[in-house]
Amino acid sequence: MAFQKIDNVEIVGLAACVPADTVENSELDVFENETEYRKFVEFTGVERRHITKIGVNCASDFCLHSAEQLIEELNWNKEEIDCLVFVSHSPDYKYPATACILQSKLGLSQECMSFDVSLGCSGWVYGLSIIASIISSGKIEKALLLSGDTASFSKSRKDKGTYPLFGDSGSATALIYKEGADGIVTHLGTNGKNYKAIIIEDGGGRNPVTSESLIEREYEQGIFRNRLQTHMDGMSVFSFGISTAPKSVNALLNKFQIDKNAIDYFVFHQANLKMNQIIQKKLSIPDEKVPYVLKDYGNTSSGSIPLAMVVQLNDEINNSNLKKLNMIACGFGVGLSWGSAYFSLHSAICCDLIEI
Amino acid sequence: MELDTFINQFKSIFEVTPDDEFSGNTDFKALDEWDSLMALETIIMIDEVYEVELDGDDISNSTTIEDLFKIVKNRINGQ
Repeated sequence: MAFQKIDNVEIVGLAACVPADTVENSELDVFENETEYRKFVEFTGVERRHITKIGVNCASDFCLHSAEQLIEELNWNKEEIDCLVFVSHSPDYKYPATACILQSKLGLSQECMSFDVSLGCSGWVYGLSIIASIISSGKIEKALLLSGDTASFSKSRKDKGTYPLFGDSGSATALIYKEGADGIVTHLGTNGKNYKAIIIEDGGGRNPVTSESLIEREYEQGIFRNRLQTHMDGMSVFSFGISTAPKSVNALLNKFQIDKNAIDYFVFHQANLKMNQIIQKKLSIPDEKVPYVLKDYGNTSSGSIPLAMVVQLNDEINNSNLKKLNMIACGFGVGLSWGSAYFSLHSAICCDLIEI
Repeated sequence: MELDTFINQFKSIFEVTPDDEFSGNTDFKALDEWDSLMALETIIMIDEVYEVELDGDDISNSTTIEDLFKIVKNRINGQ
Protein backbone atom coordinates (compact mmCIF):
# COMPACT_ATOMS: atom_id res chain seq x y z
CA MET A 1 0.00 0.00 0.00
CA ALA A 2 1.57 3.24 -1.17
CA PHE A 3 0.92 5.41 1.86
CA GLN A 4 3.52 8.03 2.73
CA LYS A 5 3.99 10.40 5.63
CA ILE A 6 6.52 13.00 4.61
CA ASP A 7 7.71 15.22 7.45
CA ASN A 8 9.31 18.65 7.56
CA VAL A 9 7.86 19.97 4.30
CA GLU A 10 5.37 22.74 3.63
CA ILE A 11 3.60 24.23 0.63
CA VAL A 12 4.28 27.97 0.71
CA GLY A 13 2.81 29.23 -2.56
CA LEU A 14 0.60 28.55 -5.54
CA ALA A 15 0.12 30.14 -8.94
CA ALA A 16 -1.78 29.17 -12.07
CA CYS A 17 -1.97 30.44 -15.63
CA VAL A 18 -4.44 29.88 -18.49
CA PRO A 19 -4.67 31.07 -22.10
CA ALA A 20 -6.64 34.31 -22.47
CA ASP A 21 -8.55 32.90 -25.46
CA THR A 22 -11.78 31.08 -24.69
CA VAL A 23 -13.98 28.77 -26.72
CA GLU A 24 -17.72 28.69 -25.97
CA ASN A 25 -19.12 25.18 -26.15
CA SER A 26 -22.46 26.61 -27.27
CA GLU A 27 -20.77 27.70 -30.50
CA LEU A 28 -19.34 24.31 -31.40
CA ASP A 29 -20.76 22.33 -34.31
CA VAL A 30 -19.73 19.03 -32.70
CA PHE A 31 -23.18 18.75 -31.05
CA GLU A 32 -25.98 17.59 -33.30
CA ASN A 33 -28.54 19.97 -31.82
CA GLU A 34 -29.38 22.26 -28.90
CA THR A 35 -30.70 19.35 -26.79
CA GLU A 36 -27.44 17.45 -27.12
CA TYR A 37 -25.49 20.56 -26.09
CA ARG A 38 -27.76 21.15 -23.08
CA LYS A 39 -27.42 17.54 -21.94
CA PHE A 40 -23.64 17.81 -22.27
CA VAL A 41 -23.49 20.95 -20.14
CA GLU A 42 -25.85 19.52 -17.54
CA PHE A 43 -23.70 16.41 -17.26
CA THR A 44 -20.19 17.83 -17.49
CA GLY A 45 -20.76 21.37 -16.20
CA VAL A 46 -18.39 22.70 -18.89
CA GLU A 47 -19.65 25.82 -20.70
CA ARG A 48 -16.36 27.25 -21.96
CA ARG A 49 -12.67 26.50 -21.93
CA HIS A 50 -9.49 28.55 -22.12
CA ILE A 51 -7.65 27.20 -25.11
CA THR A 52 -4.37 28.16 -26.69
CA LYS A 53 -3.82 28.12 -30.43
CA ILE A 54 -1.74 25.11 -31.39
CA GLY A 55 1.93 26.03 -31.59
CA VAL A 56 1.53 29.34 -29.75
CA ASN A 57 1.95 28.27 -26.14
CA CYS A 58 2.84 24.91 -24.58
CA ALA A 59 1.93 23.63 -21.13
CA SER A 60 5.44 24.64 -20.06
CA ASP A 61 4.74 28.28 -20.97
CA PHE A 62 1.75 28.40 -18.63
CA CYS A 63 3.93 26.83 -15.94
CA LEU A 64 6.74 29.28 -16.70
CA HIS A 65 4.51 32.34 -16.20
CA SER A 66 3.09 30.81 -13.02
CA ALA A 67 6.57 30.13 -11.66
CA GLU A 68 7.94 33.60 -12.52
CA GLN A 69 5.06 35.26 -10.68
CA LEU A 70 5.28 32.95 -7.71
CA ILE A 71 9.06 33.35 -7.32
CA GLU A 72 8.63 37.13 -7.40
CA GLU A 73 5.81 37.19 -4.84
CA LEU A 74 7.64 34.78 -2.55
CA ASN A 75 10.73 36.93 -2.96
CA TRP A 76 12.76 33.79 -3.55
CA ASN A 77 16.37 33.92 -4.64
CA LYS A 78 16.46 31.76 -7.80
CA GLU A 79 19.90 30.47 -6.84
CA GLU A 80 18.32 28.71 -3.84
CA ILE A 81 15.86 26.60 -5.88
CA ASP A 82 17.49 23.20 -6.06
CA CYS A 83 14.68 21.01 -7.42
CA LEU A 84 12.24 21.46 -10.31
CA VAL A 85 9.73 18.79 -11.34
CA PHE A 86 7.53 19.22 -14.41
CA VAL A 87 4.46 16.96 -14.40
CA SER A 88 2.56 16.75 -17.68
CA HIS A 89 1.38 14.70 -20.62
CA SER A 90 2.08 17.71 -22.85
CA PRO A 91 5.89 18.02 -23.05
CA ASP A 92 7.55 20.52 -25.41
CA TYR A 93 9.41 17.69 -27.20
CA LYS A 94 9.70 13.91 -27.01
CA TYR A 95 13.08 14.75 -25.54
CA PRO A 96 14.86 16.53 -23.92
CA ALA A 97 12.83 16.72 -20.71
CA THR A 98 10.80 19.93 -20.59
CA ALA A 99 12.06 20.48 -17.02
CA CYS A 100 15.55 21.12 -18.45
CA ILE A 101 14.17 23.83 -20.74
CA LEU A 102 12.23 25.35 -17.84
CA GLN A 103 15.37 25.39 -15.64
CA SER A 104 17.04 27.57 -18.24
CA LYS A 105 14.07 29.80 -19.06
CA LEU A 106 13.48 30.46 -15.35
CA GLY A 107 17.15 31.32 -14.91
CA LEU A 108 17.66 28.71 -12.21
CA SER A 109 21.07 27.49 -11.11
CA GLN A 110 22.82 24.65 -12.95
CA GLU A 111 22.89 22.99 -9.53
CA CYS A 112 19.10 22.59 -9.70
CA MET A 113 17.97 18.99 -10.25
CA SER A 114 15.24 19.00 -12.94
CA PHE A 115 13.17 16.21 -14.43
CA ASP A 116 9.79 15.38 -15.95
CA VAL A 117 7.08 13.08 -14.65
CA SER A 118 4.68 11.71 -17.25
CA LEU A 119 1.25 11.70 -15.61
CA GLY A 120 -2.05 13.50 -16.22
CA CYS A 121 -4.99 13.94 -13.89
CA SER A 122 -3.24 12.37 -10.88
CA GLY A 123 -0.06 14.32 -11.64
CA TRP A 124 -0.22 17.17 -9.15
CA VAL A 125 -0.65 14.78 -6.21
CA TYR A 126 2.12 12.49 -7.47
CA GLY A 127 4.37 15.50 -8.01
CA LEU A 128 3.70 16.70 -4.48
CA SER A 129 4.64 13.30 -3.10
CA ILE A 130 7.85 13.12 -5.17
CA ILE A 131 9.09 16.61 -4.31
CA ALA A 132 8.14 16.33 -0.65
CA SER A 133 10.09 13.05 -0.44
CA ILE A 134 13.14 14.64 -2.06
CA ILE A 135 13.28 17.69 0.18
CA SER A 136 12.16 16.02 3.43
CA SER A 137 15.69 15.09 4.45
CA GLY A 138 16.69 18.74 4.58
CA LYS A 139 19.50 18.80 2.02
CA ILE A 140 17.33 20.73 -0.43
CA GLU A 141 15.37 23.65 0.98
CA LYS A 142 13.36 25.10 -1.91
CA ALA A 143 11.61 23.27 -4.74
CA LEU A 144 9.12 23.95 -7.51
CA LEU A 145 6.39 21.64 -8.73
CA LEU A 146 5.24 22.73 -12.20
CA SER A 147 2.22 20.85 -13.48
CA GLY A 148 -0.07 21.50 -16.40
CA ASP A 149 -1.36 20.33 -19.72
CA THR A 150 -2.52 21.65 -23.01
CA ALA A 151 -5.20 19.01 -22.83
CA SER A 152 -7.04 20.53 -25.80
CA PHE A 153 -4.13 19.94 -28.26
CA SER A 154 -4.51 16.23 -28.63
CA LYS A 155 -8.31 16.14 -28.97
CA SER A 156 -10.10 15.78 -32.29
CA ARG A 157 -12.41 18.70 -32.92
CA LYS A 158 -14.88 16.15 -34.23
CA ASP A 159 -14.95 14.11 -31.02
CA LYS A 160 -17.94 15.23 -28.98
CA GLY A 161 -16.81 13.07 -26.05
CA THR A 162 -13.49 14.83 -25.50
CA TYR A 163 -13.12 18.11 -27.41
CA PRO A 164 -15.77 20.12 -25.48
CA LEU A 165 -14.52 18.80 -22.14
CA PHE A 166 -10.83 19.70 -22.01
CA GLY A 167 -9.02 23.01 -21.51
CA ASP A 168 -5.46 24.21 -21.03
CA SER A 169 -3.64 25.41 -17.92
CA GLY A 170 -0.33 25.39 -16.10
CA SER A 171 0.63 25.89 -12.47
CA ALA A 172 3.46 26.35 -10.03
CA THR A 173 3.57 25.10 -6.45
CA ALA A 174 6.38 26.15 -4.11
CA LEU A 175 7.56 23.78 -1.39
CA ILE A 176 10.13 24.26 1.34
CA TYR A 177 11.96 22.17 3.89
CA LYS A 178 10.93 23.35 7.36
CA GLU A 179 11.83 21.45 10.46
CA GLY A 180 8.77 20.59 12.51
CA ALA A 181 6.29 21.45 9.72
CA ASP A 182 3.09 19.39 9.59
CA GLY A 183 4.28 17.65 6.43
CA ILE A 184 2.27 15.93 3.74
CA VAL A 185 0.61 12.52 3.77
CA THR A 186 -0.33 10.74 0.58
CA HIS A 187 -2.00 7.67 -0.84
CA LEU A 188 -1.06 6.76 -4.42
CA GLY A 189 -2.36 3.98 -6.67
CA THR A 190 -2.31 2.51 -10.18
CA ASN A 191 -4.46 0.26 -12.37
CA GLY A 192 -2.50 -0.24 -15.59
CA LYS A 193 -4.85 -3.00 -16.70
CA ASN A 194 -7.09 -0.25 -18.08
CA TYR A 195 -4.28 1.70 -19.73
CA LYS A 196 -6.30 1.91 -22.94
CA ALA A 197 -9.15 3.82 -21.26
CA ILE A 198 -7.44 7.14 -22.11
CA ILE A 199 -4.72 6.82 -24.71
CA ILE A 200 -3.02 8.31 -27.74
CA GLU A 201 -2.32 5.11 -29.63
CA ASP A 202 0.39 6.15 -32.09
CA GLY A 203 3.55 8.20 -31.87
CA GLY A 204 5.37 6.32 -29.11
CA GLY A 205 7.69 3.34 -29.30
CA ARG A 206 4.89 0.76 -29.33
CA ASN A 207 3.14 2.15 -32.40
CA PRO A 208 5.44 4.54 -34.26
CA VAL A 209 3.85 7.17 -36.51
CA THR A 210 2.99 5.96 -40.00
CA SER A 211 0.82 7.50 -42.71
CA GLU A 212 -2.01 5.36 -41.24
CA SER A 213 -1.78 7.36 -38.01
CA LEU A 214 -3.25 10.42 -39.73
CA ILE A 215 -6.28 8.73 -41.22
CA GLU A 216 -9.48 9.97 -39.59
CA ARG A 217 -12.08 7.35 -38.74
CA GLU A 218 -15.48 7.36 -37.09
CA TYR A 219 -15.07 5.25 -33.97
CA GLU A 220 -18.56 5.80 -32.62
CA GLN A 221 -21.42 7.99 -33.70
CA GLY A 222 -20.17 11.57 -33.43
CA ILE A 223 -16.61 10.55 -32.64
CA PHE A 224 -14.16 11.11 -35.49
CA ARG A 225 -10.43 11.08 -34.79
CA ASN A 226 -7.07 9.82 -35.96
CA ARG A 227 -4.56 7.70 -34.06
CA LEU A 228 -2.49 10.69 -32.95
CA GLN A 229 -5.49 12.08 -31.10
CA THR A 230 -6.88 11.09 -27.72
CA HIS A 231 -9.14 8.07 -27.43
CA MET A 232 -11.23 8.13 -24.27
CA ASP A 233 -13.51 5.31 -23.16
CA GLY A 234 -15.79 7.65 -21.22
CA MET A 235 -17.76 4.85 -19.60
CA SER A 236 -14.71 3.10 -18.14
CA VAL A 237 -13.19 6.37 -16.95
CA PHE A 238 -16.45 7.44 -15.34
CA SER A 239 -16.91 4.14 -13.57
CA PHE A 240 -13.30 4.22 -12.38
CA GLY A 241 -13.57 7.79 -11.07
CA ILE A 242 -16.71 7.39 -9.01
CA SER A 243 -15.44 4.17 -7.50
CA THR A 244 -11.74 4.89 -6.93
CA ALA A 245 -11.58 8.53 -5.83
CA PRO A 246 -13.82 8.10 -2.75
CA LYS A 247 -11.97 4.89 -1.80
CA SER A 248 -8.60 6.66 -2.02
CA VAL A 249 -9.73 9.61 0.10
CA ASN A 250 -11.27 7.28 2.67
CA ALA A 251 -8.12 5.14 2.72
CA LEU A 252 -6.04 8.24 3.46
CA LEU A 253 -8.41 9.47 6.19
CA ASN A 254 -8.51 6.07 7.86
CA LYS A 255 -4.81 5.27 7.63
CA PHE A 256 -3.74 8.51 9.25
CA GLN A 257 -6.78 8.93 11.53
CA ILE A 258 -7.64 12.28 9.96
CA ASP A 259 -10.90 13.85 11.17
CA LYS A 260 -12.95 14.49 8.04
CA ASN A 261 -14.83 17.31 9.72
CA ALA A 262 -11.57 19.13 10.40
CA ILE A 263 -10.82 19.40 6.68
CA ASP A 264 -11.54 22.90 5.35
CA TYR A 265 -11.46 22.07 1.63
CA PHE A 266 -11.47 18.97 -0.56
CA VAL A 267 -9.98 19.83 -3.93
CA PHE A 268 -10.68 17.20 -6.55
CA HIS A 269 -9.30 16.89 -10.04
CA GLN A 270 -11.91 18.66 -12.18
CA ALA A 271 -13.00 15.65 -14.27
CA ASN A 272 -16.63 16.42 -15.03
CA LEU A 273 -19.41 17.80 -12.89
CA LYS A 274 -21.53 14.68 -12.56
CA MET A 275 -18.53 12.52 -11.72
CA ASN A 276 -17.24 14.99 -9.15
CA GLN A 277 -20.70 15.41 -7.58
CA ILE A 278 -21.04 11.65 -7.14
CA ILE A 279 -17.59 11.47 -5.54
CA GLN A 280 -18.52 14.36 -3.22
CA LYS A 281 -21.83 12.72 -2.32
CA LYS A 282 -20.21 9.36 -1.58
CA LEU A 283 -17.84 11.10 0.81
CA SER A 284 -20.71 13.17 2.32
CA ILE A 285 -18.86 16.46 1.89
CA PRO A 286 -20.89 19.70 2.03
CA ASP A 287 -20.84 21.94 -1.08
CA GLU A 288 -19.02 24.81 0.60
CA LYS A 289 -15.94 22.63 1.10
CA VAL A 290 -15.58 21.59 -2.54
CA PRO A 291 -14.36 24.14 -5.13
CA TYR A 292 -15.37 23.70 -8.77
CA VAL A 293 -13.96 25.46 -11.83
CA LEU A 294 -15.39 23.22 -14.55
CA LYS A 295 -17.86 25.79 -15.89
CA ASP A 296 -15.26 28.25 -17.16
CA TYR A 297 -12.13 26.11 -17.57
CA GLY A 298 -13.22 22.50 -18.24
CA ASN A 299 -10.97 19.58 -17.39
CA THR A 300 -7.34 20.72 -17.49
CA SER A 301 -5.71 17.43 -16.51
CA SER A 302 -2.64 17.88 -14.27
CA GLY A 303 -3.34 21.62 -13.97
CA SER A 304 -6.83 21.28 -12.54
CA ILE A 305 -6.21 20.94 -8.78
CA PRO A 306 -3.92 24.00 -8.46
CA LEU A 307 -6.21 25.92 -10.87
CA ALA A 308 -9.23 25.20 -8.66
CA MET A 309 -7.31 26.44 -5.61
CA VAL A 310 -6.04 29.61 -7.32
CA VAL A 311 -9.46 30.52 -8.77
CA GLN A 312 -11.73 29.56 -5.87
CA LEU A 313 -9.60 29.70 -2.72
CA ASN A 314 -7.36 32.68 -3.42
CA ASP A 315 -8.41 34.79 -0.40
CA GLU A 316 -8.54 31.82 1.96
CA ILE A 317 -4.99 30.78 1.03
CA ASN A 318 -3.66 34.33 1.31
CA ASN A 319 -5.23 34.53 4.77
CA SER A 320 -3.86 31.16 5.85
CA ASN A 321 -1.46 32.98 8.20
CA LEU A 322 -4.57 34.03 10.19
CA LYS A 323 -6.54 30.83 9.75
CA LYS A 324 -4.70 27.63 8.95
CA LEU A 325 -6.28 25.54 6.19
CA ASN A 326 -6.48 21.75 6.31
CA MET A 327 -6.68 20.43 2.78
CA ILE A 328 -7.31 17.19 0.97
CA ALA A 329 -6.49 16.95 -2.75
CA CYS A 330 -7.40 13.99 -4.95
CA GLY A 331 -6.44 13.39 -8.58
CA PHE A 332 -7.57 10.46 -10.74
CA GLY A 333 -7.55 9.56 -14.43
CA VAL A 334 -5.27 8.59 -17.31
CA GLY A 335 -3.04 5.62 -16.43
CA LEU A 336 -5.24 4.67 -14.79
CA SER A 337 -3.59 6.45 -11.91
CA TRP A 338 -4.78 8.17 -8.75
CA GLY A 339 -3.57 9.87 -5.63
CA SER A 340 -4.83 11.67 -2.55
CA ALA A 341 -2.90 14.03 -0.32
CA TYR A 342 -3.52 15.71 3.01
CA PHE A 343 -1.62 18.87 3.84
CA SER A 344 -2.08 22.13 5.66
CA LEU A 345 -1.47 25.72 4.56
CA HIS A 346 -0.17 28.06 7.29
CA SER A 347 1.26 31.11 5.65
CA ALA A 348 1.02 30.28 1.98
CA ILE A 349 0.60 32.87 -0.72
CA CYS A 350 -1.66 32.48 -3.72
CA CYS A 351 -1.02 34.58 -6.83
CA ASP A 352 -3.93 35.96 -8.83
CA LEU A 353 -4.79 33.83 -11.86
CA ILE A 354 -2.58 34.78 -14.81
CA GLU A 355 -3.93 34.93 -18.38
CA ILE A 356 -1.56 35.09 -21.33
CA MET B 1 -30.58 -10.09 -6.69
CA GLU B 2 -33.59 -10.59 -8.95
CA LEU B 3 -33.97 -9.76 -12.63
CA ASP B 4 -37.30 -7.99 -12.06
CA THR B 5 -35.77 -5.67 -9.47
CA PHE B 6 -32.86 -4.95 -11.79
CA ILE B 7 -35.20 -4.12 -14.68
CA ASN B 8 -37.12 -1.69 -12.45
CA GLN B 9 -33.92 0.03 -11.40
CA PHE B 10 -32.73 0.22 -14.99
CA LYS B 11 -36.12 1.59 -16.05
CA SER B 12 -35.95 4.35 -13.45
CA ILE B 13 -33.07 6.12 -15.23
CA PHE B 14 -35.20 6.65 -18.35
CA GLU B 15 -37.51 9.63 -18.58
CA VAL B 16 -39.75 9.17 -21.60
CA THR B 17 -39.55 5.52 -22.66
CA PRO B 18 -42.84 3.73 -21.74
CA ASP B 19 -42.58 1.12 -18.96
CA ASP B 20 -43.85 -1.72 -21.15
CA GLU B 21 -40.77 -1.45 -23.36
CA PHE B 22 -38.59 -2.88 -20.60
CA SER B 23 -38.13 -6.62 -20.15
CA GLY B 24 -35.17 -8.97 -19.80
CA ASN B 25 -35.06 -9.31 -23.58
CA THR B 26 -35.09 -5.59 -24.32
CA ASP B 27 -32.27 -4.54 -26.65
CA PHE B 28 -31.61 -1.42 -24.60
CA LYS B 29 -29.22 0.19 -27.06
CA ALA B 30 -32.02 0.18 -29.65
CA LEU B 31 -34.28 2.34 -27.44
CA ASP B 32 -34.78 5.85 -28.84
CA GLU B 33 -33.79 7.40 -25.52
CA TRP B 34 -30.49 5.49 -25.30
CA ASP B 35 -27.34 7.53 -25.92
CA SER B 36 -23.84 7.88 -24.48
CA LEU B 37 -25.12 9.84 -21.48
CA MET B 38 -27.69 7.12 -20.70
CA ALA B 39 -24.77 4.67 -20.71
CA LEU B 40 -23.15 6.79 -18.01
CA GLU B 41 -26.45 6.97 -16.08
CA THR B 42 -26.50 3.15 -16.19
CA ILE B 43 -22.98 2.99 -14.79
CA ILE B 44 -23.96 5.45 -12.03
CA MET B 45 -27.05 3.42 -11.10
CA ILE B 46 -25.13 0.13 -10.97
CA ASP B 47 -22.36 1.70 -8.91
CA GLU B 48 -24.88 3.22 -6.51
CA VAL B 49 -27.18 0.26 -6.07
CA TYR B 50 -24.81 -2.71 -6.47
CA GLU B 51 -21.37 -1.14 -5.86
CA VAL B 52 -20.20 -2.81 -9.07
CA GLU B 53 -17.73 -1.00 -11.34
CA LEU B 54 -18.70 -1.57 -14.98
CA ASP B 55 -16.40 -0.60 -17.82
CA GLY B 56 -17.10 0.39 -21.41
CA ASP B 57 -16.65 -3.19 -22.63
CA ASP B 58 -19.35 -4.45 -20.25
CA ILE B 59 -21.85 -2.10 -21.88
CA SER B 60 -20.55 -2.76 -25.41
CA ASN B 61 -20.73 -6.55 -24.93
CA SER B 62 -24.31 -6.45 -23.62
CA THR B 63 -27.32 -6.50 -25.90
CA THR B 64 -30.25 -7.11 -23.58
CA ILE B 65 -31.04 -5.88 -20.08
CA GLU B 66 -30.62 -9.47 -18.91
CA ASP B 67 -27.06 -9.48 -20.30
CA LEU B 68 -26.27 -6.50 -18.07
CA PHE B 69 -28.02 -8.15 -15.14
CA LYS B 70 -25.84 -11.26 -15.54
CA ILE B 71 -22.62 -9.22 -15.61
CA VAL B 72 -23.60 -7.40 -12.41
CA LYS B 73 -24.70 -10.63 -10.71
CA ASN B 74 -21.46 -12.41 -11.64
CA ARG B 75 -19.41 -9.47 -10.45
CA ILE B 76 -21.22 -9.50 -7.08
CA ASN B 77 -20.55 -13.21 -6.78
CA GLY B 78 -16.87 -12.55 -7.39
CA GLN B 79 -16.68 -14.17 -10.82
